[in-house]
Amino acid sequence: MFQLNKKLHFTSISMIVIGLLSLVIGFMSDAHSTWTNLLFNNYFFLGISLFAVVFVAIQYVAEAGWSTVFKRVPEAMMAFLPYAGIIMLFIVIAAVMHWNHIYHWLEPGIMDPNEPNYDKIIAGKEPYLNAPFFLIRSIVYVIIWIYCARKLRQLSIKGDLEGDIGERSFFKGLRVSGWFLVFFAVTSCTAAWDWIMSIDTHWFSTLFGWYIFSEWATIGFTTILLIALFLQKTGHLPDLNDSHIHDLGKFIFAFSIVWTYMWFSQFMLIWYANIPEEVTYFMQRIEQSNYSFLFWFSMVINFVVPLIMLMSRDAKRNKTILVIVSTVILIGHWINSYLLFAPGTLFEHGHLGLIEVGVFLGFIGLFIQIVSRTLSKTSVEIKSHPYLDESKHLHT
Amino acid sequence: MHKESRIRDPLIDGNKTFHDITVEVAYPVEGKANKYWWTLFGLSVILMLWGFGCIAYTIGTGIGVWGLNKTINWAWDITNFVWWIGIGHAGTLISAVLLLFRQKWRMAINRSAEAMTIFGVIQAGLFPLIHMGRPWLAYWVFPIPNQYGSLWVNFNSPLLWDVFAISTYLTVSTVFWYIGLIPDFAMIRDRVNEKINPLKKKLYSLLSFGWSGRAKHWQRFEEVSLVLAGLATPLVFSVHSIVSMDFATSVIPGWHTTIFPPYFVLGALFSGFAMVETLLIIVRKVVNMEAYITIKHIEYMNVIILFTGSMVGIAYITELFMAWYSGVEFEQYAFLNRATGPYWWAYASMMTCNVVIPQLYWIYKIRTNIIATFVLSIFVNIGMWFERFVIIVTSLHRDFLPSSWTMFSPTFVDIGIFLGTIGFFFVLFLMYARTFPVVAQAEMKTILKSSGSEFKKIDNEQ
Repeated sequence: MFQLNKKLHFTSISMIVIGLLSLVIGFMSDAHSTWTNLLFNNYFFLGISLFAVVFVAIQYVAEAGWSTVFKRVPEAMMAFLPYAGIIMLFIVIAAVMHWNHIYHWLEPGIMDPNEPNYDKIIAGKEPYLNAPFFLIRSIVYVIIWIYCARKLRQLSIKGDLEGDIGERSFFKGLRVSGWFLVFFAVTSCTAAWDWIMSIDTHWFSTLFGWYIFSEWATIGFTTILLIALFLQKTGHLPDLNDSHIHDLGKFIFAFSIVWTYMWFSQFMLIWYANIPEEVTYFMQRIEQSNYSFLFWFSMVINFVVPLIMLMSRDAKRNKTILVIVSTVILIGHWINSYLLFAPGTLFEHGHLGLIEVGVFLGFIGLFIQIVSRTLSKTSVEIKSHPYLDESKHLHT
Repeated sequence: MHKESRIRDPLIDGNKTFHDITVEVAYPVEGKANKYWWTLFGLSVILMLWGFGCIAYTIGTGIGVWGLNKTINWAWDITNFVWWIGIGHAGTLISAVLLLFRQKWRMAINRSAEAMTIFGVIQAGLFPLIHMGRPWLAYWVFPIPNQYGSLWVNFNSPLLWDVFAISTYLTVSTVFWYIGLIPDFAMIRDRVNEKINPLKKKLYSLLSFGWSGRAKHWQRFEEVSLVLAGLATPLVFSVHSIVSMDFATSVIPGWHTTIFPPYFVLGALFSGFAMVETLLIIVRKVVNMEAYITIKHIEYMNVIILFTGSMVGIAYITELFMAWYSGVEFEQYAFLNRATGPYWWAYASMMTCNVVIPQLYWIYKIRTNIIATFVLSIFVNIGMWFERFVIIVTSLHRDFLPSSWTMFSPTFVDIGIFLGTIGFFFVLFLMYARTFPVVAQAEMKTILKSSGSEFKKIDNEQ
C-alpha cells in the first residue's frame, strides 16, 4: 500500500498553510486581484484533474493497452476534481452575488439601456451571458464531470477485484467513457468560453475551447509522468518500464507542439487580419509592460524547451531530463494561465508576485495530499485488466 | 516478448500462412484484369479525357469560361482543390500518425490510402495550375532568382505557403509510400519468371532497389519509416492548416475565424477516411482482400469518421454560436445567410451529410455493415464537397456592397473539369491496383503470429 512519506507529508501540509496564508493576506490587501489569483490557480489544477478523466476515458475508447500498469495515477488525479470543482463553483457563485468583479458582464446595469454603464455589445450577449444560465451551466459541468470520474474509478476498482481479466467492468467503463467524451467535447469548449473567454467580454475566438484543451492535455500528461516517476522511485510501480516513460515523454512532446499550434493559429490569424474587435486582446498582452514579458516568455518556454530537450529518444528515456522539462513546462503553463485571466480583470495593475506563488504552492500541497490519499486507498498495482499483460510487456 | 489481449479481434482472418499472404497479394498483379476492371477503367478514361478537353478549352480561351464573376471570384476551382487536398489527408495520417501510435490495423490499408493521397494531391494541384491562366509560367510560384529586377513571390501570402506546404507534403508522402513498397516490389520481382516475362522482371528489379531481405535491410527500413513518420506527422497538420489560412487570414465574414486550422485538419481526415472506405470496400471485394481488410478495419475507420465528423460538427456549431456571440453585424449576417439564405440547400446538405448522418455510426450494426458503410462514405464525400462550397461561395456571394450581391452558377467547363479529375483519379488508382501490391504484405506478415485469427485462437486456448 502506498503511504506518503513523512517529509513529503509535512512539506505538502506546510504548502497548504502557505497557500491559506497567502489567500488571507491577499484578501486583506487586495481582494480583487486575489479573486483572479484564486481563479487562475484553480483553473490550472481543474485542468490537470479533468484531463486525468479524459485520459482514462480515451484509453478505454481507443482500446489503448500500454497505459494499464499506471492507470491508478490518472485515477488518483481525478480525485482532485471535486475540490477544484467546488472552488470553481464558489468563485462563480461569488461572481453572481457580486462578491467579486471578475466577470465584467455581471455588473449591474451593464445590459440596461437606461443605465450610464450600458454596453450595447455586452447587452447583445445576454441570452447566453446572464447570471442564472451561467450558474446552471457551471453546476451542470462540474456535477457531470465528477459523476463520470467517480463512475470510471469505481468500475476500475471493481474490474480489479473481478478476477481473470476484468472484462465485464471494462466494457461498462467503455460505455461511460464514450458518453463522458461526448459531454466533455462540448462542455470543455463552453466552460472555456464561460469561465475564461467571457472575462474579456467583447472579445471572441472560435478556437478558444480547443486551445484551452490543448493546455489541459499538456499539463495533464506532465503531471501523470511526474507522479508515475515518483511512484516508480518509491517502488510502488514495479511494472512501469522505460517504454511507458518514453511514451509519456512522447505525449508531452507532442502536446507541447499541439499547444503551440493552437496558440499560433489563434494568434497569427488575429494578428494577420488585424480586425480591431479581435486584436485588442493581444494588444493588451503585448503592449502592457506588466504582461508583455510573460506573454512571450511563456510562449517560448512552453514550445522551445520541450521541442529541443525532448526531441531525441534518449532524452525521453532519461528521468532527470524529463523531470526538468516537466517542471519547466508546468511553470510555463502556469504563467500562461495567469495571462488568460489577469489582463481582463486587473488590466495594468496585474503583477505575478509572491502572493500568486503562495496560492500556487497551496494548491500543489492540497493536490499532493488528495492524490496520495487516493493512491493509498487501493493497491497501486493492477491485478486484473484485459490489457494488463500487454502493458506489462510493453517494449518499444 | 509481445503479448496481445484476447479481447482484441484478429486483424487477419481465415487461417492464413505467410505463403498465402504472398500469393493473395501478388494475385492481382500477376493475373489478368477482369471485365469489371476494364469497364471502370474505360469509364474513367472517358471522364478524364472530357476533363482534359475542358482544361484545354480553359487554357485556350481564358478563365472567363468558368462561372466566376466579379463578386464570386473563387468557386468550384478552389472548392475542388480543397476537397482533393482533404481527401489526400487520410493517407498520411494512416501511414505516419497511426505508425507512431502503433496501430497495427493500419497495415492493411496504408498502401492504398497513401496511393489515394498521392493521386488526390495530383488532382488538387491541377486547379491552382489551370487557374493561373498561363500555366506555362507556373514556375513563377517558386522564389527563384530572376532577371526581372525585383519580381519576387509574395511571402506574406498564404497562397505561397500553400506552394511550399503542398510540395513538401507530396514529396514526403511519395517517399514514405515508396519506402514501404520496396520489400513488396521485391516479393513480386522474386515471383516473376524471367524467361516468360523478362521486361517485368527487369522493371520490378529496378523498382525494388536490390532489396534482399537481410536483417540490416529490415533494420534500416524500420528506422527510416520511423523518421519519415516523424517528419510526416507535422505535415498532416501543416498542409490543411495552411489551406485554411487561404481563407482565415482574410477579413471576409465566414472566412476569418480562428478555429479554421484545426477544424480543416479534422475535416480533411474525415473526408480522407470516407474516400479510403469508398475505395477499399470496392478493392477488397474485387481483388479478394476480405481476409486482410476485415470488418474490424472498417469499424475502426468508421469510429474515426464518427469522431472527426462530430468534431467537425462542434466546429460548425462553434462558428455559428460565435458569429452570434461576437455581436459583429457582418459575422451574424454571414452565418444567418449561410443557413437561411439562397444557398440554404448547400448548408443543409453539408450539415446532414457531415454531422447528422455519421452519427449513425454510434450503432454497432451500422458501423460493422459493409453496405451501410459504403453508402455513408459517399454521403461524407458529398458533404465535404459541400462544406468547401458553402465556405467559399456563400461567404463571397453577399459582398459588403449590396449592389454586388449575386449568385454563382457553374458552366459546363466547371463541371467538366471536376468530373475529369474524378476520372483521372480513378484512372491512376485502377492502374495502381493492377501493378502495385495493394496491401503492405511484408508488414502484414509481421503481425500474422500475434493478430492472425488462427494464431489468436491458439494463444487464447493456452
